[in-house]
Amino acid sequence: MSFLKRLWRDKKLGAIGGLIFLLFLFCGVFADFLAPFGENETDLSVRLLAPGWDYLLGTDHLGRDVLSRVLIGAQLSMVVGFLAAGLATVISIIIGVVSGYFGGRIDMLIQRFVDAWMTFPDLVLLIVVVSIVGPGMPQIIIILGCLYGIAGSRIVRGSVITVKESMYTHAAQSMGASTMRILVRHIVPNVMPVVIVLFTTRVGATILAEAGLSFLGLGVPPPAPTWGSMLSGTGRTYMYMGPWLALAPGLCLTIVVYAINVYGDALRDLLDPRMRGVR
Amino acid sequence: MSVLDINGLTVSFRTETGRVYAVNDTSLHVDPGETLAVVGESGSGKSVTALAILRLLGEAGRIDQGSIHLEGEDLTALSELEMTRIRGNRISMIFQEPMTSLNPVIQVGRQVAEPLVLHQGLTWAQGLERAHDLLAKVAIPDPGARIRENPHQLSGGMRQRAMIAMALACSPRLIIADEPTTALDVTVQAQILALLKDLTVETGAALILITHDLGVVARYADRVTVMYGGRIMETAKATNLYRDPRHPYTRGLMNSIPSLDGPVGAALSTIEGQPPDLAHPPPGCPFAPRCSQRQEQCEKQVPPLRRDGERDIACVRHD
Amino acid sequence: MTDPLISVSDLKVHFPVTEGVLITRQTGSVKAVDGVSFDVRKGETLSLVGESGCGKSTTALAVLRMVEPTAGSIHFDGENITTLDRNAMRPYRQRMQMVYQDPFSSLNPRMKVADIVGEPLRVHRPDQPRSDYRKRVRELLDVVGLLPDMADRYPHEFSGGQRQRIGIARALALQPDLLICDEAVSALDVSIQAQVINLLMTLQKEFNLTYLFISHDLSVVRHVSDRIAVMYLGQIVELKKRDDLFANPEHPYTRTLLNAVPVANPDLEARREQPLIIGEVPSVRNPPSGCRFHPRCPDVLPECRTTAPGVHGNVACHLYAPNDGATLPGRTSEGGS
Repeated sequence: MSFLKRLWRDKKLGAIGGLIFLLFLFCGVFADFLAPFGENETDLSVRLLAPGWDYLLGTDHLGRDVLSRVLIGAQLSMVVGFLAAGLATVISIIIGVVSGYFGGRIDMLIQRFVDAWMTFPDLVLLIVVVSIVGPGMPQIIIILGCLYGIAGSRIVRGSVITVKESMYTHAAQSMGASTMRILVRHIVPNVMPVVIVLFTTRVGATILAEAGLSFLGLGVPPPAPTWGSMLSGTGRTYMYMGPWLALAPGLCLTIVVYAINVYGDALRDLLDPRMRGVR
Repeated sequence: MSVLDINGLTVSFRTETGRVYAVNDTSLHVDPGETLAVVGESGSGKSVTALAILRLLGEAGRIDQGSIHLEGEDLTALSELEMTRIRGNRISMIFQEPMTSLNPVIQVGRQVAEPLVLHQGLTWAQGLERAHDLLAKVAIPDPGARIRENPHQLSGGMRQRAMIAMALACSPRLIIADEPTTALDVTVQAQILALLKDLTVETGAALILITHDLGVVARYADRVTVMYGGRIMETAKATNLYRDPRHPYTRGLMNSIPSLDGPVGAALSTIEGQPPDLAHPPPGCPFAPRCSQRQEQCEKQVPPLRRDGERDIACVRHD
Repeated sequence: MTDPLISVSDLKVHFPVTEGVLITRQTGSVKAVDGVSFDVRKGETLSLVGESGCGKSTTALAVLRMVEPTAGSIHFDGENITTLDRNAMRPYRQRMQMVYQDPFSSLNPRMKVADIVGEPLRVHRPDQPRSDYRKRVRELLDVVGLLPDMADRYPHEFSGGQRQRIGIARALALQPDLLICDEAVSALDVSIQAQVINLLMTLQKEFNLTYLFISHDLSVVRHVSDRIAVMYLGQIVELKKRDDLFANPEHPYTRTLLNAVPVANPDLEARREQPLIIGEVPSVRNPPSGCRFHPRCPDVLPECRTTAPGVHGNVACHLYAPNDGATLPGRTSEGGS
């Protein structure tokens, strides 16, 4: 794989980010096997134990194992992150391709709608919608997907316009290929580098947004151990008696999101054709 | 003495797949008032040679061997700071794209005056006055108004004239023009090249004209260097080269251009095959795989560039 | 004389210039092509030559119905195709194909050669079995001088000349009657250009193709054409047989153009009169009144400034108007060298 080689040689930090991202995915996928205890298994005899050999990351006020909860939390973050970012990417592609390829009046209308959408502050919008439909994982995924999908459509649109102007698209049009064929065979494959980068950075953004919502109590409802709710609930209440309660999910969140972002930046530099040749 | 004297120049670039040698063991010289055309196809090394003279090879490129003497001074030994005093002053360059080589947000007059202010210590007022004269010299109509305009207000030909004015500002000893008219229409090309040629003769500067157009070479060049696959194949006086091309590549090239005179109808004679991949150059003569007269030794060792009267040629068949 | 395959009559393509964002208002138009007429006969090569902004590429796109004509008509093999809709155009799309200038941007970098060359077949003959289609692709690659085994590679693995061959193979896939070559060899290196020109000429004979050849390079055009139309600012100024045009260029613009092109022969160049050319091509947005060439014309007459010239013989120029014989200066063949 020449791509991995280039990643390692030119973008060390990005490659390390990618490794951490992989580790995070591994933990998420195998959380159920890796977790030494059930995430909601309480044992009041071992309340608020500091990290040690029996409980690597200590226990909380109900005697639940923090390591297990952080691992299951990683799983929840991963599910939310991937599904929401996936949805966002699909929305970005659809809006971006329609707007960019058809252009004209359609493009103008869509873009004014996107403009209007982007003037709302993300968090305010999230809070308003969640307070109307109530908290829960599916809602969160759909809301985050729409939010980032619409904003991201701009980037896809820009690159669709470039591909649309290319001679090979012109060649396909002149041979009488259907619009669907042009979109599927010519436009979409050539905007994929941009889309992949967009997806990666969106995973980081949605994980962070979900944590923010959970911290405010608007995310995935308890007792599900999301990193955000661990920070706000037990983490905040027992900040002095058990600092590890907040540190564990907090550090995980910071490291994972940072890793995803540097990896995404590296991907952009390597995959985005406009960055190619600028060596 | 020659204005520029290049000896055994080798230039390489670092790439993903390893070092690529873009120019190998190249030697050439240009005399005052002379126009030397460097001809070649893409990947022949003609542009890289020009950039090497200015030491503008980027961080991936480096000069591995050889010397580049400008009026007796070896440019390869100079520090980066000393080079900046030479670029735009004693050597100036004119690029292919007049659209992108001028800064779109700076007035034309200031851009032409800049090298004067930078290198000759003129004030901006003096510089602009000189810019006015220079624009008049390159036959830009109404230079008084033009110096206050931005590049986008000028047509392609006018922009290239402005580039020439800028290149001439510090009365350089050497002007390098890299495909200066490729982006322009033919009727404009004729005007620009005639202007450039007249100005070099008038100022006694040397001109290196890099081009792929053998017609342009025939009309404007005194001597011609033909490059292929990063090496010089043949250097000769223009008239001699066209009358009697000796290197098989030069001959192939001459025969494969459709001409404006002479008979038509028959198929063009061609050079079979594809140009060499610089990342995997053939071990011997770069042209050997396509040469109809190759011999066994052509594929094993590189023929050196040899002097023969007024001509330099790199071919084993030529003794 | 054979029937025309393409017949273009008084073709105009005007692009509107608009202002405003939400409520747009047309403030003018760019007359990219303004009253062009020509026939392309079956089996011949007609070239459109001219400098930037002369409308040669727009004319070709109009013939392909890739831009909408503002006025005039286009007939293909006797059939008026000027206003056919997308579906009605389909059979004609198969019969006219285009070869592009840039061998790097005209091939989709994410498709294999087999899929690029086979795409027209997929589009127009979707029922064909996969094996037939593979076979045809291999055949086509062989025809254009590539190895059939190259079908499974990607475009970036090829050199410029080979890519142009792939583009030609794609254009030939449906056995078209007309090939429109838009600067098809301009981006290629000299030694590769000759190979591709020869290939195009061999293919023409082999498959009885008709070419509409668009180029700014007069020496290439001289080599490939039967007839040549010289265009300037959206109009044809002179249209005649190749040998006539080079031996006896009549329109002052044709003479200027021929003079401007340097010949690859220093001895000839030394003897040749150095070109006297003034100015540059004006913008199509705001073309000069009367004859569009008059501001740059060495033989300009008073009426050129006000009245557009009619077509006299093969030339659109006041100098050749029959009743103006007295003003015709005694310089007819000096530009031909």
